[in-house]
Amino acid sequence: MKDSRPVSVVACPDGPLLVRGDAQLVDEQGKPVERRRATVALCRCGASAIKPYCDGTHKAIGFTAP
Amino acid sequence: MKLPSPRGPLSDAVRTLVASPVDQPADVRAPDVARAAVDATTDLLTDEDVQLALYVMNELAYRGFDGVDDDWEWDPELLRVRRVVEGAFEEDLRRRVEVPGDVAPERGAVAAALFAMTAPSPGPSVARYVAKRATREQLEEFLVLRSIYQLKEADPHTWAIPRLTGKPKAALVEIQADEYGGGDAERMHCELFASTMRGVGLDAAYGAYVERIPALTLAALNLMSLVGLHRRLRGATAGHLAAFEMTSSLPNRLYGDGFRRHGFDEATTLYFDEHVEADAVHEQIAGRDLAGELAQQEPELCHDILFGAAACLYLDDLAGEQTLTAWTAGASALRPAA
Repeated sequence: MKDSRPVSVVACPDGPLLVRGDAQLVDEQGKPVERRRATVALCRCGASAIKPYCDGTHKAIGFTAP
Repeated sequence: MKLPSPRGPLSDAVRTLVASPVDQPADVRAPDVARAAVDATTDLLTDEDVQLALYVMNELAYRGFDGVDDDWEWDPELLRVRRVVEGAFEEDLRRRVEVPGDVAPERGAVAAALFAMTAPSPGPSVARYVAKRATREQLEEFLVLRSIYQLKEADPHTWAIPRLTGKPKAALVEIQADEYGGGDAERMHCELFASTMRGVGLDAAYGAYVERIPALTLAALNLMSLVGLHRRLRGATAGHLAAFEMTSSLPNRLYGDGFRRHGFDEATTLYFDEHVEADAVHEQIAGRDLAGELAQQEPELCHDILFGAAACLYLDDLAGEQTLTAWTAGASALRPAA
């Protein structure tokens, strides 16, 4: 999904990174990661089952952001 | 959709009234019947007659009914009936629901309170039951129960958009745009739900199963319509949406697991998989940018924001318990088919 807003990244308290705008997400080989919505949440706790996206697991494991 | 069959005197009076021409209304003294019904009930939330009557009156603001004059939506007599029922419903919820009292009307504090109220808890839940134990028939019942809201998913909260300004409005639009598929009709969440229903062989027509839906499930939807349709309750709408989103990602993973366990394909589980990802985004926006900012912008709404969240959780818990009780006893969670 194309998003023409300037890129912004919000670090949610004890939660994911919210990414808005025209940022391209790629995997370690540089292959684009499918982006299905304008605003995405990237996993920050390491425990998501749908990485790189957040699935809310940080709440179940009591993740606290550094 | 068709007008549902009455479940008692009030839903009978409402049905008779809206089935008559709006300029030649049936003489059923519906406001008096409503007053008698809410005075006589022992439990408004599980009262099949009262909750169905309220559902029918609210539905006039969404899609209406086959053969029912659209002008009934704004008919003063019917609005009087709705006011009697809504007044009793709101009063009952405000009496029952516990709202955290010491939350400052600040963005961070309100978001933290909402995340605390919705923190994942161990123990039995519909989601865990669906993931591990539900039979194929119970999966169908689960979809039927949810269909009454999910086939108009997001619509009740959308009423609040013109009642908000600035950041909370932008936040609500950001969430709702995603709910409505970001401009792609096939990705609208209500459409994804319809695909899931068809995937298990259910009828995905709007309102097809209303006769099977018990009062508590109607009450959970009636709450969304109550807070959505009244500008006064815009704070409660923001809080309701936040609580709804905050209790969605993890359960949806489990719902999807239940359908995968029964061998359903990706097209059928897409609705749940989509919600795992989408609602992990929405809960962040709803907690801080919508509910938190709204409390900061209009501090007098802070209590209602938390009330909307607490009422959402209260009714979802009650409805969930009712479903689990039926299923674990080997019974149906639905009303019997006519």
